[in-house]
Amino acid sequence: MEIEECLFTKEHEWVSIDGDVVTIGISEYAAGELGDIVFIELPEVGKKVKQMDPVGTIEAVKTVAELFSPVTGEIIEINEEVMDNPEIVNKDPYKEGWFMKIKMDNSSELDVLFSYEEYNDFLGEE
Amino acid sequence: MSKKTALYNTHVNNGGRMVDFAGFLMPVSFEGIVAEHNRVRGKVGLFDVSHMGEIEITGDRAAEFADYVVTNNVGSLDDGQICYTVCCNNDGYVLDDLLVYKFSPSRILIVSNAANYEKIFRHLSDVQWEDVEVNNLSEETAQIAIQGPRSRRLIIESGICRGSEDKVKNLDYYRFFSFEKDGKEIIFSRTGYTGESGFEIYVPPGQVKDIWNNLENAGEKLGVAPIGLGARDTLRFESGFCLYGNELGEDISPLEARLSWTVKFDKGDFIGRSALAEEKENRPARKLIGLELTERGIPRTGFKVFQDGEEVGYVTSGNYSPTFRKPLAIALIKRSVPKNIKDFKIEIRGRKLGAKRIKFPFYKGRVKD
Repeated sequence: MEIEECLFTKEHEWVSIDGDVVTIGISEYAAGELGDIVFIELPEVGKKVKQMDPVGTIEAVKTVAELFSPVTGEIIEINEEVMDNPEIVNKDPYKEGWFMKIKMDNSSELDVLFSYEEYNDFLGEE
Repeated sequence: MSKKTALYNTHVNNGGRMVDFAGFLMPVSFEGIVAEHNRVRGKVGLFDVSHMGEIEITGDRAAEFADYVVTNNVGSLDDGQICYTVCCNNDGYVLDDLLVYKFSPSRILIVSNAANYEKIFRHLSDVQWEDVEVNNLSEETAQIAIQGPRSRRLIIESGICRGSEDKVKNLDYYRFFSFEKDGKEIIFSRTGYTGESGFEIYVPPGQVKDIWNNLENAGEKLGVAPIGLGARDTLRFESGFCLYGNELGEDISPLEARLSWTVKFDKGDFIGRSALAEEKENRPARKLIGLELTERGIPRTGFKVFQDGEEVGYVTSGNYSPTFRKPLAIALIKRSVPKNIKDFKIEIRGRKLGAKRIKFPFYKGRVKD
């Protein structure tokens, strides 16, 4: 996965696309803003979600953040590793620190997401 | 518009994440809260606490005045000794928690929280005793905390106490001394709010950068680094130290917050005395306890606490404890819950998760080493 090819949400998630399956995680910026991540809660595999449904909780020492699904579809895999060792997300948010894979129903939902360049511009405005 | 301390640029250059805290732009973290926390427990860290307030009371009856406005016994302190105390209103609720420095019976220095010092200054000014003067020195006082097992070594090796090394070496817990540098007074105090051995230094803002730089440079091999407010909170939390706005406030009495030891009924009259005496007689309604979450989640301030299906209180402070690597919580619960009851639930975003009562404070450091 090349980060430049990922799409991004306003909620600072990255989305990597492989056919009709998307992998999601949080951006390096988000991981840095959250600080030390100490606990991650993810849904069960098989769960059906709609675009923008909450699909997880990220607890850092200082704060808590919600994870939202960028697409409608079914969760087909979660990264057990980040649940056991949440600090991975701080260390490697784009590779080892992925959260889940979702089989999407409708790829046109991706149209609203930012490209890598657009996301960087968005960060610049924040 | 947030205020900046004299060390603001230093923090920015050190990569501090700056946030507004009580009207001041302060660093919440540098390398990361957990790493900073562990550095203070194991080595030594530097804190900018210039946002704290300093109020001086002078005049022949200064100590007497202090005894009237705080709950602890200032009169019984030696010159050069400090006490931790609360300042209450007439109803016995807490206006702030303070350190009281006794230079002499005619000169007292009160250190107050950033969010409260203006309120405390007004409160003390309203008391109005003849021949007692109350001055707010907060703007002209910067403060650094040096905390951790290597703090004394760092201070001595940095040269910031040149000529007073023996005084630093022999300074006991909750004692202080002062000296003049370039015509200004600098105070060295054996205090802190981390649960580790440490010092706090009060210095004019114009001199604080030099002292900070000397400490940072001398401390490289000791492993010193700046520490933000995030780790300051986790350190005090593990040590069971009250934070105003969490464990203390105008709706919580010191008797509920495990601070009975700071309320000296035998010292004479003080503001809040009769209300507190009555509360003591009837027994306080609530108490602080320590909880460990037994399921996965992080308890946060304000989350409800249940026992056997009944809501019995709320979390005053909750966090992931970097030292114990577990989610812990301080909770204010009804006193009527018996001591032998260990099993509680904490409601986290609609789910009631298990928590068990554990020894409190969670961490006991070697503050007197």
